[in-house]
Amino acid sequence: MTTSESVGDVTPQKAHFTDPLMLRSGDVLPAYELIYETYGALNAARDNAVLVCHALSGSHHVAGTYAGKPRSEGWWDNLIGPGKPLDTNKFFVIGVNNLGGCYGSSGPNAINPASGKPWGADFPFVTVDDWVTSQARLADLLGIERFALVLGGSLGGMQALHWTLAYPERVRNAAIIAAAAKLSAQNIAFNEVARQAILSDPDFHGGHYYEHGVVPVSGLRLARMVGHITYLSDDSMAEKFGRRLRHGEHKYHWDVEFEIESYLRHQGDKFAGFFDANAYLLATKALDYFDPAYGFDGNLKAALARARANFLIASFTTDWRFSPARSRELMYALQHNGLSVSYAELESVAGHDSFLLDDPQYHAVLRAWFDGIEVSA
Amino acid sequence: MKKQRYDFDVIARWVAPGEQVLDLGCGDGSLLVHLRETRQVKGYGIEVDPERVVACLKNGVNVIQIDLEQGLAGFEEAQFDHVIMSLSLQSVHHTEKILDEMLRVGIEAVVSFPNFGYWKHRQAILNGRMPVSKSLPYQWYNTPNVRFFTLADFEALCEQRGIAIRERAAFDDGVEIHEEPNFLASVAMFRLGRR
Repeated sequence: MTTSESVGDVTPQKAHFTDPLMLRSGDVLPAYELIYETYGALNAARDNAVLVCHALSGSHHVAGTYAGKPRSEGWWDNLIGPGKPLDTNKFFVIGVNNLGGCYGSSGPNAINPASGKPWGADFPFVTVDDWVTSQARLADLLGIERFALVLGGSLGGMQALHWTLAYPERVRNAAIIAAAAKLSAQNIAFNEVARQAILSDPDFHGGHYYEHGVVPVSGLRLARMVGHITYLSDDSMAEKFGRRLRHGEHKYHWDVEFEIESYLRHQGDKFAGFFDANAYLLATKALDYFDPAYGFDGNLKAALARARANFLIASFTTDWRFSPARSRELMYALQHNGLSVSYAELESVAGHDSFLLDDPQYHAVLRAWFDGIEVSA
Repeated sequence: MKKQRYDFDVIARWVAPGEQVLDLGCGDGSLLVHLRETRQVKGYGIEVDPERVVACLKNGVNVIQIDLEQGLAGFEEAQFDHVIMSLSLQSVHHTEKILDEMLRVGIEAVVSFPNFGYWKHRQAILNGRMPVSKSLPYQWYNTPNVRFFTLADFEALCEQRGIAIRERAAFDDGVEIHEEPNFLASVAMFRLGRR
């Protein structure tokens, strides 16, 4: 067993693009910026590059820490680093913040060059397709013709899947974790509740709250609370909180009574303190619209016929947001096309959030599969 | 159970080069590695055990972690040239269903299983004890096997279910048995099709 370490201190970089980006919605982004981080080194053959796609509220800060901020680990730091399952001694790993996000890539909270004011609600709708197109342009800029691996969990997994369809010749391997080929009506329903919470907040001001010097905190907070319920399993909530009382007895007031209320409020407050409401709205819409079979009369098998990559599909037994059945559906459709695919259905109590954790069996599966990816010395 | 090379070699003989195969209960994927190396077969393994799934991935084998008892409903008709079940049929509850499923998703099926009618097993029963042998290495109280049947029982089931026996091989301790296999062979192998 090799020892595993952190990639250490990292510094984000920015790339400017002046080629207009035609978006799926019909809108055009005349110019845009992408913020990204890289870990490890691109080899001489340029065949060891890995793209990590982030989920709903993720960022380009995937691994490592920021200098002087010891608790600033990237969101997938447990997976990526020297000696870790996604080994940066072998791979050159890229994390990028998606368009429409709020961590430094062009998005609603950035300045619209046309008006000199924040984009706000004027930032165009962006889809998974658009994200993948912009990520491909970043790959061009970095001199990466073909990725050894594109991977992601949840909405990140959807981007990895779309990569194999939009650029089949540019992806050798794709790992799609805790994801689905499309959202169910129930998934969209939860997203809609989250959006309505934000849209109906009086501080939302039609998405132009920046000019009013306010933030739709209560809406964003509610949206995150709903989201968090779907990320955890019934079992893990029962285990973590059960019916435990904050004050040891019923107080008959509106403050926190049960510990689960405290947890949700805390998560909501924390999130509303740093995430942008418009970016959240856009990301949930990108989730809703994603459906590679949309142009194929709903026939997923036909939609996946273009893919050429080797696939790893992984799901978690207690994930009810993107259940194992959704991953199996994707796996069978890939298998039907004669593609190389492996599928792991991992025992976990942690629900959808499992993909961010470092369960030994989960990481053993990823490590074994990543180790099999060939790269030049 | 440790899979023997002779089992692999017979299966490799029955599989044509470049075929698509599905291996049910594939363990660490060593049969698929063998078929890949000797017959350039493209295959998938099905395995439910988490440690074995990792072993398959380490062997570079495509593995699908699902429970065989749930059937093969996700696979389509005649997707595979051969669906293989090597020394696992005796550990599946739904024997008839899995055989039907194998011959639905596969053009042919290959099965091997320990022969309960092997003379040493009969001798053990005569002596009043459940057999414990190389091919049935478990005690009655810890065996993963749930179906106990002889080579002759299996042939009768095939007859009854309209399953054609295309080829048969029988072994005792790695040596092929041609005479009286239901009595002298500890392991039986069949290549099956639809009549």
